[in-house]
Amino acid sequence: MKSFRRHISLARLAVSALSAVVIVSGQCLPAQAGEIIVSAAASLTDALTVIKKAYEKENPGTTIVTNFGASGTLLKQMEQGAPVDVFASADELTMDQAAAKKLIDPSTRVDFAANSLVLIVPIASKVHVSSPADLAGPEVARIALGNPDLVPVGRYTMEAFTTLGLAETLRPKFINGESVRQVLDYCARGEVEAAVVFATDAMVAGDKVRVAAVLAGHKPIDYPVAVVAASGNKGPAASFLRYLTSAAGQDILAGYGFAKPGGR
Amino acid sequence: MGAGFIIPLGITLKVAVTATLCSFVLGVGLAGLFSRRPFAGRDLLDAACAMPLVLPPTVIGYYLLVVIGRKGIIGSWLLSVFGVSLTFTWQGAALASALVGFPLVFTSARAAFAGVDENLENAARTMGAGELAVFFRISLPLAWRGVAAGTLLAFARAMGEFGATLMVAGNLPGKTQTLSLAIYEAVQAGRDSDAAVLVVLTTTVSLAVLFGAGKLAKKKY
Repeated sequence: MKSFRRHISLARLAVSALSAVVIVSGQCLPAQAGEIIVSAAASLTDALTVIKKAYEKENPGTTIVTNFGASGTLLKQMEQGAPVDVFASADELTMDQAAAKKLIDPSTRVDFAANSLVLIVPIASKVHVSSPADLAGPEVARIALGNPDLVPVGRYTMEAFTTLGLAETLRPKFINGESVRQVLDYCARGEVEAAVVFATDAMVAGDKVRVAAVLAGHKPIDYPVAVVAASGNKGPAASFLRYLTSAAGQDILAGYGFAKPGGR
Repeated sequence: MGAGFIIPLGITLKVAVTATLCSFVLGVGLAGLFSRRPFAGRDLLDAACAMPLVLPPTVIGYYLLVVIGRKGIIGSWLLSVFGVSLTFTWQGAALASALVGFPLVFTSARAAFAGVDENLENAARTMGAGELAVFFRISLPLAWRGVAAGTLLAFARAMGEFGATLMVAGNLPGKTQTLSLAIYEAVQAGRDSDAAVLVVLTTTVSLAVLFGAGKLAKKKY
C-alpha cells in the first residue's frame, strides 16, 4: 500500500510540473514590442533572411520574425487568424485573394521584386533536356512542379505549359510539390528528371541543379507585399515595406537574382 | 465528385493493409526472437525498435528519403539492380507506414510473449517440439491477444499516416494521395466541404474496422 501512495504523489508531482511548464510557455505573447512577423513566399527565403539582418542592424528597436511557405499556405494561416504583420506573396493572384478577404491593407500594397521561370535538371543528370519539348520524351519520367492550387510557381508553370500546348501531354508525369523549395529539393535529390522553379531558386541550389531553359508564355512574375489589416504593428510594418523598396533592399534582392518589379 | 473520395480511400486501404502485414510479420518475428532468451545488447535493441514511436513522422520520412531515394544507399541499389524507385509510389508510402507501425506491433508482441508461461513452452520442448513448432503452436496462440491489439494499433496508425508518407511518396492524386493527404490538400485549397466529407469518410471507415475487429476478438469466447 505504501508504494502505491508513493506512486500517487509522484504522479501528482509530475502533473503539477507539466502544468507549470505549459502555463509558463503559454504566457509568451505572440509578438513582443518591436517585433514584426513577416509571412513571405518560400522563394524569398534566402534574400529575406539577409534583408532581415540588414534591417535589424539599421533599426535596433525592431526584431523581424520570418515565416516562409507557399503563398497559398500563408494565406490560409492568415485566414485562420495567424498574427502576421507583413505578407509578401509570389504572385498577384494570392495577394488579390488576400485583398478580397480583407486580410491586407490595400493602400500599402506595392510590388517589390520580379522573377522568371526556369526549367531545371539535376546537375548529374544524363537525360537530354534543353527545351520544354524534350520533356515529352520517354527518358523523362517525372517532372516536379508546384501544386497549382496553392503554389504560385505551379500556376505559372501550368500557364507556360498550356501556352506551349504541352500541359495535357506532360500531365501524367507531374509530381506536385507543396512549395517551390520542395520542388527544388526533389530535383536536387535526383528524384525527378526535370523541375520548374523560379530563376532565383535555381541560383540557390546552383551546385545541385542546372538550368536547362527559361520558360515563357506566362504572366509577368511580380512579387507584391502589403501590411496585414489585423496587424498591431502597422508603423514598423510600413517601415519594413519601405526598406524592401529602398535601394538597399533592392540591392540585396538583386544579389539573389530578383529583377526590379515590372510595374503595375 | 464521388471518384474524388473513393480513390483516396482505395489508396489508403491498399497502403494500410500492406503496411500492417509488413509490420506484423517483422514485429512478431523480431519480438519472438528477442523473447527466446536474454542476450547481450537486448535492452538496447528493444529501445532501438521502439524508436519510430518517439521520432516525429517527418524525421522518419526524411531518413527514409535519404536511404531509399534515388541517391540513397538502398535506393541507388534498387535503381541499378531492379530499375525501381520507391519514392512517389504507393509502395513507398506503405514502407513509411510499416516503419511507423512496426514499434506498435513489436512492443505489444514483446509484452505478450513475456507473459506466456515458460512451463508450457518447456513442456512442448520435452515432448520433442522444435523451436519453430513451440513458437507457432504454443507461444503465438497464447500471446495472440497482445499481438492482435498491437497489430490493430499499427493498422489504425497506418490509416492516418501523414508526415512520413508525404516526405517519401509525395501527394500525387490517384497514385499516393491517401485520405489524410487529400484532407490536407482540400483544406489548403479552401475546399472545406470536400475536406469535411473526407474526414467523415475516414472516421467511419476507421471506426468500422476497429469495431469489427473488436467483435471478432470477442467471438472466440
